[in-house]
Parts: sequence; C-alpha cells; structure tokens
Amino acid sequence: MTAPVLEARGLVKLFGRVVGLNDVGLSVAGGEVLAVIGDNGAGKSTLIKCLSGALVPDRGEILVDGVPVHFKRPQDAREAGIETVYQTLAVAPALDIASNLFLAREIRRKGPLGSVLRMLDTREMKRQAAEHIQRLGITTLQNIGQAVETLSGGQRQAVAVARAGAFGGKVVILDEPTAALGVRESAQVLKLVRDLRDQGLAVILISHNMPHVFEVADRIHIQRLGGCAGVITPASHSMEDAVAVMTGAKTLTSASGS
Amino acid sequence: MTTDVGSESTPQLAEDLLKRPAGPGQRVHAVLHRQPALSPAIVLILAGVAFTLLNSRFYHLQNLSLIAQQVAVVGSLAVGQTLVILTAGIDLSVGAVMVLSSLVMSKLVFDHGVPGVLALLAGAVLAVAAQTLNGLLVTRIKLPPFIVTLGTLSIFTAVTLIYAKGQTVSLQPGGFLLWSADTVSIGSLHLTNGVLLMIALYVVMGFALRYTAWGRHLYAVGDDAEAARLAGISVNRVLLSAYMVAGLAIAVAAWILVGRVGGGDPNSGLNANLESITAVVIGGTSLFGGRGAVVGSLIGAVIVQVFDNGLALAGFDPNYQVLSVGVLVIAAVSVDQWIRSVKA
Repeated sequence: MTAPVLEARGLVKLFGRVVGLNDVGLSVAGGEVLAVIGDNGAGKSTLIKCLSGALVPDRGEILVDGVPVHFKRPQDAREAGIETVYQTLAVAPALDIASNLFLAREIRRKGPLGSVLRMLDTREMKRQAAEHIQRLGITTLQNIGQAVETLSGGQRQAVAVARAGAFGGKVVILDEPTAALGVRESAQVLKLVRDLRDQGLAVILISHNMPHVFEVADRIHIQRLGGCAGVITPASHSMEDAVAVMTGAKTLTSASGS
Repeated sequence: MTTDVGSESTPQLAEDLLKRPAGPGQRVHAVLHRQPALSPAIVLILAGVAFTLLNSRFYHLQNLSLIAQQVAVVGSLAVGQTLVILTAGIDLSVGAVMVLSSLVMSKLVFDHGVPGVLALLAGAVLAVAAQTLNGLLVTRIKLPPFIVTLGTLSIFTAVTLIYAKGQTVSLQPGGFLLWSADTVSIGSLHLTNGVLLMIALYVVMGFALRYTAWGRHLYAVGDDAEAARLAGISVNRVLLSAYMVAGLAIAVAAWILVGRVGGGDPNSGLNANLESITAVVIGGTSLFGGRGAVVGSLIGAVIVQVFDNGLALAGFDPNYQVLSVGVLVIAAVSVDQWIRSVKA
C-alpha cells in the first residue's frame, strides 16, 4: 500500500470526565476508502471532528503526508487538504448553491473592483460551481442560483459533497452521508464516493449502514467505547463479524490491521 | 426521498401536482423569499398614495424633504442595527452609544476647543470602541446579545448623564459638526448633508453586504453559526466585525444628531434605539438572523416617518401614529414567519 495521506496516532479527547476518544490511531492512503463504523457514542464523530479541525484532541498527533499538523480550526484542516461533509451538512440555508460551494473561499473580481472594493465575482463562482457539479456527475442540482433551503435532503447532501469534492483536496471525510437519504440518492452518494476515490483522493466514510460500508470500503475501522476495536476488510470479515465486534460480542485477536 | 409505494394504482399523482402551475400564493412567497425588502416597499407606496388622497399637501416636495430630514438619524442608526440583527443578535445600546458619541463630539468642541474634524473622529472612535465592547462580550464571554446590550444600554446612558452633568451643549452655527444640518437644495427638494450622509451609508453597506465575502459570511453566521464555523468561517471574527462596523454607522448617526439638535443633548434620541429596531423589522429583516436587506431598513424608517407625518396632515390624533407602527411591526414579523417557512 502507498504511504498514508492522513495518519492519526494515539488520539485522546476528553469531555469533562467523559472519554470521547481513548488512544485511537487511524491511517488512510490516496485512492482508498476507509470506513469508520461503531455504535452510538463509540467516538466516530469525535474522531472525525479531530481530523477535520472541528475539535482539538487533548493528546496524540495527526500527520498529513507524514508531516505533523495541529488543527485549531476547520480552516486549518481545509488548508491542509482535508475536506469534510458533516452530518449536519454545514450549509447556509438562505444562500444559493454557488455561494455555499464557495463559502469561506469566495473568488473576488479581478482588478481594483476586487482588490480595493473586495467585490465578489459572482458570475465566475456560478460558472465554476456548475462545472464542479457537472464533473462530479451530480444531476440532481439544476439551478445553481437556487437557495439551499428550497432543496430536498438528498440535494442538500449533494451540495455538501460537491463542496468537499470540488476543491481537489487530499482527503474527503463524509459523516453519515446516506443517513437521511432514500435508496436512489444513497446510491448516487456512494457512486460519488467511488468517483472521489478513483480521482486519487483518500476518503473516510463514517456510516451506520453496513451494506453501504461493505459496498464501497477498502478497509473498515471499528470504533468501540472510544477506542479502536480493530481494522478489517470486506474480504476478511463478514457483516455479521463487523457488527459483533462493534457491539462487543466478539473481539478481534489480531487487532492491528492497518 | 420519495419511494414509489402504491404508485401503480394512482400513477403520476405527485408529478401531476408538481406540474400544476404554482398558485398565486406560492408565487408571491417565492418572490418575497428572494426580495425581503419588497413587502415594505409596497406598504410604503400604498401609504404614500393613501396619505396623498387624504391631504394633497403630503406629496409636496417640501413635505417630503421634511420627512427625509426627520428620518436621517434613525435611518443611519438602523444600518448598524441591521448588521447586528442579521447575525441573529439585537442591539439595545445603539441609541445610547449614539447620544454618548454626539455629546462627546459637541463637548470636545465646546468645552475644549478641539477642531470639529478631530472631535468627530474622537466621537467615532468612541462609538466603535463601545460597540467593540458589546462584540467582545458576545463573542468572548458568550453572553446573549440581548443581555449584553441591555447592560451596556444602562452603562452608556449613565455615562452620558454623568459626563453631561445635566447640561446641554449648543454649538456656534457654522462649525464643522453642524455641517450635517446644512441644507442641500435640489429644485424645491431641500435635503440636508445629513440625509446625503445617510444615503451614502446605505449605498456602502448595501454593497458590502451583497457583493463582498464579509457580507455573505455575515448572512451565513446569522443563518446557522455552527454550520458557518464548520464551513470554515471565523464566526467570532465576523460577529465582532458586525458590532464594530455598526459602531461606524452609529458615529454617522451621532454626527447627524449633533446637526439636528445643534449640539449635544443627553436627553435627545431617547426613543432612537427602539425606533431603529422598528425600522429594521418593518424593513423585512428577520429577527432570527441571516435574512434581510439593509435597504429594507431605510424603507422601514421612512414608513414610520410617513405614517407620523401623513396621519398628522390628515388630522388624526398623534396617538394613532404609535398605534399604526405597532400594527406594522406585528404585520412585518408575521410576513417574515411566512417567508421563512419554506414550502414554495
């Protein structure tokens, strides 16, 4: 396997006296889909929030391309090439699709209008947004000037995924991307996941949905009670095994599989 | 989202419904959703027509000039209020900051002989500093804006009264600070520099909110602060900047107030704060944040003044003006609630 793009070692995160993460490590390489599964409260969201800069771990280190990084804010992770689609989607409902895609990385007009008056190049952003959405093969978004709050759940998800995939980062993290979606929209999101992987990106997929996980993941990281219960592959273990490990009914003997 | 269970028995029912042309209600909703300042604009036009029918003196340019001059202070203050309300906050202290700033400007000139330009600058710095205090309390101590500004309202009001020692300051005519009250005549339209200052303020803020990243971030933060944070916006920086820029708008309002009062009066602009909130709300900006346009607040401020003026000309008791403003506020928020429910 190629060298990991994103690696975490010994992450610890406490919330008061509650242990969110206890000595968790993880690594993902370019062109790979790593799924993270676990029961409610197992620390999945805490883990990805540490990787995406939304939370700062109390201990442990995170490396991007082998270089240690210290994320204090989501922007830091983004600048390091880590894009995240949160379960809550983190979109601004009243803004349109193009504005949301370019939120916090707007393009300014060329010349003095942009440099002095800080004027935005709305037309260029709309053009590029349409291009990204087309390139990612998202067909559910028709009108790029539509406010996000007028979209369906699946369409909003598509906007969030497009935002993560559009800017050529190194890693895309998706937190429960199919949780709120119907069958057809889920299939579209999973196709997007594969497309992102085929473009050479590293994808981390957090999901409760075992069939989805086994469909797209190359490796599966199992979280249990704040710690890592092991890493398996869809080939080495069955869905039943994964669920058993997740719930603690079974333990993996050779727990380190990265 | 939709699964086609039982679609064989009633084929294309949903699609038929979707293809059905949008009803008038839906279309109005869609337009208002995009242009929140449209409904107050319609109210203003209707009110103008009605008051002209009641008394034809209403639409005379002289009367309209009077309305414009009377609107300038609250109109400018409403710009600052709009910025804060767009972030889903509220600022109860803008009026108090304005009066304090105007008093400091006047007293620096009157008591200490400071040149008018410097006094204006000092007053502006004070207004921005006061608003920075509000912003820091909101972002650092994480207090609700209502509580922060309720507290600073009392503090700034008290500081004003202590500083004034119960006296008002009357400036010599012709001074720099009174420039804001100088008349600018366009035909028989007699505006003041203050009115032009207010209009300039609206143009600049309208541009900044609509065409800059800062403006979009302000809307995004007001809409959903956590989502904005996760999207990579420095929420606290945006919030703080909203209060600080509001301070600049307050400084402009203070300058216009000095012109109107002819100096500094600690008891001036007593209702200006609530009037600024009224203007913003009537102007279609949502108290829940993230929705609205600054031009709406101008329209809102003008509507209040038009009702005041028009009802007086039509011979109504002044109390009916207060009553009508109350009705307008409730109507405006009702429209906002309807607009925010997305079913179109």
